[in-house]
Amino acid sequence: MEINTPFFKQRAHDALKDENLQKALGNLKAGFPEKRAIAVERMPEFEELRNQGRDLKNHILEHLDLYLEQFESKVIENGGQVHWARTSEDANRIILDLCKQVDAKTVTKGKSMVTEEIGLNDFLEANGVQPVETDLGEYILQLRGDHPSHIIAPAIHLNLEDVSETFHKHHNRPKSDDPAVLMQEAREVLRDKFVAADVGITGANFCVAETGSTIIVTNEGNGDLTQTLPKTHIVVTSIEKVVPTLEDMTLFLRLLARSATGQEFTVYNTLSTGSRREGDQDGPENFHVVLVDNGRSEMVGSEFQDMLRCIRCSACMNHCPVYGAVGGHSYGWVYPGPMGSVLTPQMIGIEKGGMLPNASTFCGKCESVCPVKIPLPKLMRHWREDEFQKHLQPKAARYGLAGWAFLAKRPTLYKPYTRMASWFMKRLAGKKGRIKKLPLAGGWTDWRDMPAPQGTTFMQAWKEQQKAGEQP
Amino acid sequence: MSAENTTAMSRAAILGNIRSGLNRSQDDSQRQQAVSNRLAAKADNLIPARAQLPFAEQVELFKAMIHEALAELIELDSLDQVPQACADWLSSQGIKQLISASDSELSTLDWNPLEQQQILRTERVAQAGDIASLTSSFAGIAETGTVMLHSGPQSPTTLNFLPDNHLVILRRSTIVGVYEEAWKKTREKYGNTMPRTVNMITGPSRSADIEQKLQMGAHGPKNLVILMIND
Repeated sequence: MEINTPFFKQRAHDALKDENLQKALGNLKAGFPEKRAIAVERMPEFEELRNQGRDLKNHILEHLDLYLEQFESKVIENGGQVHWARTSEDANRIILDLCKQVDAKTVTKGKSMVTEEIGLNDFLEANGVQPVETDLGEYILQLRGDHPSHIIAPAIHLNLEDVSETFHKHHNRPKSDDPAVLMQEAREVLRDKFVAADVGITGANFCVAETGSTIIVTNEGNGDLTQTLPKTHIVVTSIEKVVPTLEDMTLFLRLLARSATGQEFTVYNTLSTGSRREGDQDGPENFHVVLVDNGRSEMVGSEFQDMLRCIRCSACMNHCPVYGAVGGHSYGWVYPGPMGSVLTPQMIGIEKGGMLPNASTFCGKCESVCPVKIPLPKLMRHWREDEFQKHLQPKAARYGLAGWAFLAKRPTLYKPYTRMASWFMKRLAGKKGRIKKLPLAGGWTDWRDMPAPQGTTFMQAWKEQQKAGEQP
Repeated sequence: MSAENTTAMSRAAILGNIRSGLNRSQDDSQRQQAVSNRLAAKADNLIPARAQLPFAEQVELFKAMIHEALAELIELDSLDQVPQACADWLSSQGIKQLISASDSELSTLDWNPLEQQQILRTERVAQAGDIASLTSSFAGIAETGTVMLHSGPQSPTTLNFLPDNHLVILRRSTIVGVYEEAWKKTREKYGNTMPRTVNMITGPSRSADIEQKLQMGAHGPKNLVILMIND
């Protein structure tokens, strides 16, 4: 996928003015956070589940190599094969080879962010294999030549009219603006594709080391048709998805649906173990797991290791004020929102991804809803430090910070300067106490008024309070 | 470079990266022990109080949760009543077809009630265009109103997904409180090798991908009917 992360500022600017997008984003804000809150309230142990989820993921990461080896040997024992891919290119080549082995013309796909990450669809298509997305949202996007803007609700940036037009254009049927009719259309069109496909590709939410199983979690059932009907089932997943036992997987399943859609449980939780068994009348004859690294193994032992706990629930972006305002496409690559702001620089480099960790108000909401308690704001700060040390920020930001640091380290200069500044801002604000326009701060004042300081600086106020003998 | 070489080199590089990142000590036996212990223990993590109930209350919870998941429930006194129940439900929907597995238990039932309604029962795997299927199930899980199905020669997975309507037989006695109990029962039955496919199904298929508005019947069955045998 094209990398547009360096243009975050411009894209966010455009997104704020895009009325259709703003309308669509309204659906998100009214949906997921509220449903999650209800689900959490119904599960009094939720906080303890989060603690256990965090601790278990930490245990897994400390033993990641060993669990991966165990998983691999169990997959092989059950008649499957495991392929390791260090890079996106490696993964794509492995998957294409597997498709070629069965002379595949079309490939159905369940929803998978890892295949977005490696750019699988474009690669397959360029090499004569037609991928067909089957998740309703992904299917809509594929018809439009578009990409997901959210990791579990890929078409969240679209409105009903967009889908209606797209289907009308591609399905050769009367135009409808009834979502139920549109879904039925997709169901009918994709039925034949499911049956005709030579290979089915799904992701995996977890890989169970104990049994060599992979699990997918869907509400539509598309992932199940994708993996059950074709001769070959290829699971494309990443190395941090391994969990020790079925019981351990269960802990994460209890966290996942509630954090994601606010459901008690996703409709279909499906475990796949190896290939079709003797006597089975259906199911795939070939079972492959492609384990993608793409920079993840380098995060082990680094300051970003905590990010590998992520179970891709999307709670962080669902609750993020920045995501909610500008949408997923503004982030310019595959993973948006707070988790994307940490992961993207790792995968495409801080030189290109550096804007993203800056796209945060550090309100901390993401960390507070994360089912495995990833300290997302802290990790974004690590990237900002990295960016600063590598001199990658724009000159204005660097000199501005340097100027401020110079003052802040010299109290005799800092005090009078800030006194002057707050006096000036108070004057500028007038009686209402709001600043309508401030030089160098147009990014703020173009959109809303800035509250003016009360007139004294914090240090002045502190001094006066201390003098007055009050509790600070 | 061949695909085998790519994956072998990647494997070495990935595991190498992880190992150097973890700063392992010379003697790695402690880590290995921790992993084998965890895999052997198969210990429960926190189990929510919700479903830790006497059996009768677990059944009530199961019923409440499948209702919430928008599945239908039909209670029966014995397996013998399944053909009549299927005939009634299918004719209420105007359906003239029922695909079921070559399940030894189902085959011995008296299917006359279907014939009386001119409903054709066929034993095979599912095909595109099928309207209704009947399968048995392995367990019911009260915690979320979930049915667990295992694939096998007598229970092909396509029956659970391709037809528009899925009728599932569930014996009341197989209802458990939580997922963990179902895993224990699975291991008791299959030992170390899981069935190829384990489906945990909670209600009929759905999607909210268009404007976050929930629509029923995306790609899987539009109706999930649970025929509960009160054995």
